[in-house]
Amino acid sequence: MIPALTIENLRKVYGDGFEALKGISLEVQQGDFFAMLGPNGAGKSTTIGIICSLVAKTAGRVSVFDVDIDQDFAAAKKNIGIVPQEFNFNQFEKGMDIVVNQAGYYGLPPELGKERAEKYLRELGLWEKRNVPSRMLSGGMKRRLMIARALVHEPKLLILDEPTAGVDIEMRRSMWSFLKKINAAGTTIILTTHYLEEAEALCRHIAIINNGEIVENGSIKDLLRRLKREVFILDCVEEAPESVTIEGFVVRRLDAHTLEVEVEKGQFINQLFDELNRHGIHISSMRNRANRLEEMFVNLVEGAA
Amino acid sequence: MSPLEQYIALMTIVRKEIHRFLRIWTQTLLPSAITMSLYFVIFGSLIGSRIGEMGGFSYMEFVVPGLIMMAIVTNSYSNVVSSFFGSKFSHSVEELLVSPTPNYIILLGYVIGGVTRGLLVAVVVTIVSLFFTRLHIHSYLVVILIVLMTSTLFALAGFINAVYANNFDDISIVPTFVLTPLIYLGGVFYSMDMLPDFWAGVSKLNPLVYVVNAFRYGVLGVSDVSLAFAMSMIALFTALAFVFSMHLLNSGKRLRQ
Repeated sequence: MIPALTIENLRKVYGDGFEALKGISLEVQQGDFFAMLGPNGAGKSTTIGIICSLVAKTAGRVSVFDVDIDQDFAAAKKNIGIVPQEFNFNQFEKGMDIVVNQAGYYGLPPELGKERAEKYLRELGLWEKRNVPSRMLSGGMKRRLMIARALVHEPKLLILDEPTAGVDIEMRRSMWSFLKKINAAGTTIILTTHYLEEAEALCRHIAIINNGEIVENGSIKDLLRRLKREVFILDCVEEAPESVTIEGFVVRRLDAHTLEVEVEKGQFINQLFDELNRHGIHISSMRNRANRLEEMFVNLVEGAA
Repeated sequence: MSPLEQYIALMTIVRKEIHRFLRIWTQTLLPSAITMSLYFVIFGSLIGSRIGEMGGFSYMEFVVPGLIMMAIVTNSYSNVVSSFFGSKFSHSVEELLVSPTPNYIILLGYVIGGVTRGLLVAVVVTIVSLFFTRLHIHSYLVVILIVLMTSTLFALAGFINAVYANNFDDISIVPTFVLTPLIYLGGVFYSMDMLPDFWAGVSKLNPLVYVVNAFRYGVLGVSDVSLAFAMSMIALFTALAFVFSMHLLNSGKRLRQ
């Protein structure tokens, strides 16, 4: 199957000499839900900017559904929908006009543009606000408006640059379910996010970019399997002893009813519970201290993995 | 994009541009009507009646073509410069840049928007002028050609200004310090014959002289410069502005990083 996106040795050096991308290579398969992670300034937005023509590359090759952007950028663009990080629509225009105009820029006849605009504004819960000037919309609504605009030409590849930044939890969850739905319908999705929980909840593959280089790339399951250590928080039924020592595990008492335990790769949690039972400590619930992906991300980015 | 898709994209930009200036008509159409009415009253009626004839016509008849052209130049320029810079400032220009719309269609869309506003204002100012004088059109063909060529030229100039502008001050510098002096010194209010030889020679470096005189020829049948030369100069400047605008769009200068 033709990959949705192929990036080969992509470099970008800005006018001030800053090398934002140092020759990255990446492949995203059709139908994938792919996350690009990385700290601020890592090169994620530069990569997205090059794919959708807002940033000129210095070297390398980018193909979208096997169409090289240097050969036929217009054909490649038809397959791409982009939701940028910053609001980039005219704040004086109405939501409906913004989406319908975007359809026109892709050559869709006005009737079809209006039909599609209605479809996506309804699906994203913006239909009632279609005639409100976009500046009057809330932050979450503006983000959803940009998603509707990006989908109006029904691209095969949707790229979202931090789509849920500054969005409340309820809105974020509804955006997640919408994105899952369109991914299930066949749209390949690439997103960048700072919320690692979001990447873990939505994506099947990730690439971690740091200082313009890809430091990790693969399926989330495989990457998480490689975690060397996990930290669990245990809620105790009774008050925990002042000092708990369990052979092979590092245990810390956080408060009277809470313990923190480090479990190294290769150790079994059953073994931990056996030991806790032996000490007469009964556990009512347990959870990860931090998002597992976040832990791996920090390790990779700090070079400590 | 197929030709039909390109046409749809072009019409989308044109419709959006026209809708924009019509929505804010009190800022785009009305000021020219008021300003030109004042020019007609003050320079045409009050002062003009004491000046007497110029170029064989009453002073009012003499200044009307120049004033109409002045409205066309400033409106076609300011429509494109403010609209395109506004979209650059709000980043909404990215809607077009990420789309498959070819660059020449983007440019053409903005230029047609500027030309349309220039034409609409020209109609308004012409109607206003009819309250002050009678207008006999010497050559409709010349009038139409010059109006279209001039509004295209200054719409393109406005586009170039918008690409280079970094802030809202930058889009008012050229109209204030370049365009307005060139218009005033372009023979709107006087005939070149009145100038000493040296200044008449210097004036020939001013492109507005050709624009105003070519239009005056179309309306009154008199001009300080050769019509063929004037039209050639306008066509040359328009071609240069178009090529340069396309270069800016294709290279992505100040639009893409």
